[in-house]
Amino acid sequence: MRAAAEKGHTSAASLPGIPRASKLITSAVAAKSEATTSSPSTKPGHEVLLFEALQEGLEEEMEKDPRVCVMGEDVGHYGGSYKVTKGLAEKFGDLRVLDTPIAENSFTGMAIGAAMTGLRPIVEGMNMGFLLLAYNQISNNCGMLHYTSGGQFTIPIVIRGPGGVGRQLGAEHSQRLESYFQSVPGLQMVACSTPYNAKGLMKAAIRSENPVILYEHVLLYNLKERIPDEDYTCCLEKAELVRPGKDVTILTYSRMRHHVLQAAKTLINNGYDPEIIDIISLKPFDLYTIGNSIKKTHRVLIVEECMRTGGIGASLRSSIIDNFWDYLDAPIMCLSSQDVPTPYAGPLEDATVVQPPQIVKAVEQLCQ
Amino acid sequence: MAPSISTFRRAICTRVNASRFLASPSPFRNFSSSTEDSTPFTVDIAVPFKGHKIEPPPQVVETSAKELMTFFKDMSRMRRMEIASDQLYKSKLIRGFCHLYDGQEAVCIGMEAALTREDNIITAYRDHCTYLGRGGTLPEVFSELMGRKDGCTLGKGGSMHFYKKENGFYGGHGIVGAQIPLGVGLAFAQKYEKMKAATFLLYGDGAANQGQLFEALNMAALWDLPAVYVCENNHYGMGTAEWRAAKCPEYYKRGDYVPGLKVDGMDALAVKQAVRFAKEHALSKGPIMLEMDTYRYHGHSMSDPGSTYRTRDEISGVRQERDPIERIRKLILFKEIATVSDLKNIEKEVKKEVEDAVAKAKESSPPDASELFSNVYVKGYGSQVFGCDRKHSTATLS
Repeated sequence: MRAAAEKGHTSAASLPGIPRASKLITSAVAAKSEATTSSPSTKPGHEVLLFEALQEGLEEEMEKDPRVCVMGEDVGHYGGSYKVTKGLAEKFGDLRVLDTPIAENSFTGMAIGAAMTGLRPIVEGMNMGFLLLAYNQISNNCGMLHYTSGGQFTIPIVIRGPGGVGRQLGAEHSQRLESYFQSVPGLQMVACSTPYNAKGLMKAAIRSENPVILYEHVLLYNLKERIPDEDYTCCLEKAELVRPGKDVTILTYSRMRHHVLQAAKTLINNGYDPEIIDIISLKPFDLYTIGNSIKKTHRVLIVEECMRTGGIGASLRSSIIDNFWDYLDAPIMCLSSQDVPTPYAGPLEDATVVQPPQIVKAVEQLCQ
Repeated sequence: MAPSISTFRRAICTRVNASRFLASPSPFRNFSSSTEDSTPFTVDIAVPFKGHKIEPPPQVVETSAKELMTFFKDMSRMRRMEIASDQLYKSKLIRGFCHLYDGQEAVCIGMEAALTREDNIITAYRDHCTYLGRGGTLPEVFSELMGRKDGCTLGKGGSMHFYKKENGFYGGHGIVGAQIPLGVGLAFAQKYEKMKAATFLLYGDGAANQGQLFEALNMAALWDLPAVYVCENNHYGMGTAEWRAAKCPEYYKRGDYVPGLKVDGMDALAVKQAVRFAKEHALSKGPIMLEMDTYRYHGHSMSDPGSTYRTRDEISGVRQERDPIERIRKLILFKEIATVSDLKNIEKEVKKEVEDAVAKAKESSPPDASELFSNVYVKGYGSQVFGCDRKHSTATLS
């Protein structure tokens, strides 16, 4: 079941050279009623792979607004190391799809400086882990400048790239940056998990006036799905109800959503009825959707790919305890990756992340 | 701005100066008698420019009486402002970090004389005078320093975070060197939007050893961005002298493939010449690096006495021989544009301006408690911010 899509705002203001007249309006999380209703698309739509969905979203936004530009390593002539920017340099030129030297700290800073003047850059980290080099720029300048300048500067930047544990990529290329950036004030963080939400979130992130970090996952780029033909965006602060249920609320995001869905098949066969929510918004959490679910099921299992210490799961657990303690019938369970650097050997790497059998076992334990 | 003339002063004027107050100009005078006069004349720049992979600009610069008087007044105002800030800090009205610019005024004054508000300036934390040069006002400065809501960044930024976007002043940054990639981004945007303007990125001799400076310089040179790197070399990176921090303290040469120019940063006219030259270069050929040889009288910040790593003799020596305001004063007196007492009056005026601004700022109140949560996110898609207790949603921005 999908959350209702927000229609794109295509007005006269989308002509090149004319600044967009108005911002997209979405009511705040608390006001929106639960969205488990109908599928948004009555048209047949078209099938895409996730990286193509990202590319479509990017291309559509670049066509609409001449201020949108992309910067990153090998995004231009090479077409992007994961093909997300394929064909864009030929279409929009070298300045709008800028091949940068390998200097994350300074090209991220450069993008932020450009955003301060009104451009809308999208920074691609070839692997999110490389953006650790730009941590100072992302934390101090990107996150905080709107505040420290008393509102004078907005930083409508999108920082995106693949992260997460891949197929034996080694420790340094298997990092989960969401846990490092989550306490930076002023940033919004979202994680995409399907072609549908990838395109929607990409578009919404570009249109947002806030700095948004869009977390993609190395292993999800080839997921295939049928997405609508028409212009749509996904709300940056809304979680997605993947499967309604009544026994337990399973909160997850990114690649772990698919592990949870796999485990769900076994669980359903064994007679359990899990409610699966893809949290999408990692900062701020969609406590409305999550809360409604907890009030129904009274049991929570968080399945994440971050490490146990200081990850998204840790913060989410904390938020749930603060807000929904009275509705819980059991302690919140959180399945996270092990607190180790990701090893190269295949079986060891599999053991660092959460696997479907562990999810099944956790649900069984929780529902006793 | 004509000097105010009192009958008392008229009585004690010397004969040479008395001739200025006659109805008709004296036939013996061969230059302007008014401080408002914009008739250009040339002045020699004493210290020669040094070029790196570039032919330096000429050693003569055009100026006018009006410009010199403006320099004098503006620099005196800046000097007074920094001294007042020193006193406010010692009275604990300004807290945290306070980095004072006195001694370096010629750099920002000379820059402003050669630039427009379409050009951008970005600097680090020693930004009070640069902010003033970009059109900031004294009450805004003092309010911000004291954390009041009428400050230029609503009291939430502090000494190191002054910004004025509409005048092309992009701050005001606390982390050494981090403003340089931002500045290259500003230059990138200028090129992207096809503006005929340049970005001036200011940094110190300490920041000159930051890697991101060179990363950003490479990109600026690669794409011919209109970026001018300006190293305000006051010879000390906090407590470390330049020769102890840099293998090559000739900062104008550090650009390697990017041309550079060394400028006497205590001479506002030399700075003006160099900056105009640099802007032309940046708009036609790409980045250039300027090194301003300057000096700060105060320590690195108010917590640093400034005398543990340099001698008092050195400081007073520079003050006597190279002070930027004294230099302009001497030039004004030599050209007989104004008298000693005219200039003293200007200093008194400026002192009063500063005192009034301090008093006004003291009356301003600190920001409201609700301002804690404003401007964290931009109003757009809905988002919520919570207080520490998280029991109450303190603000819902939508």
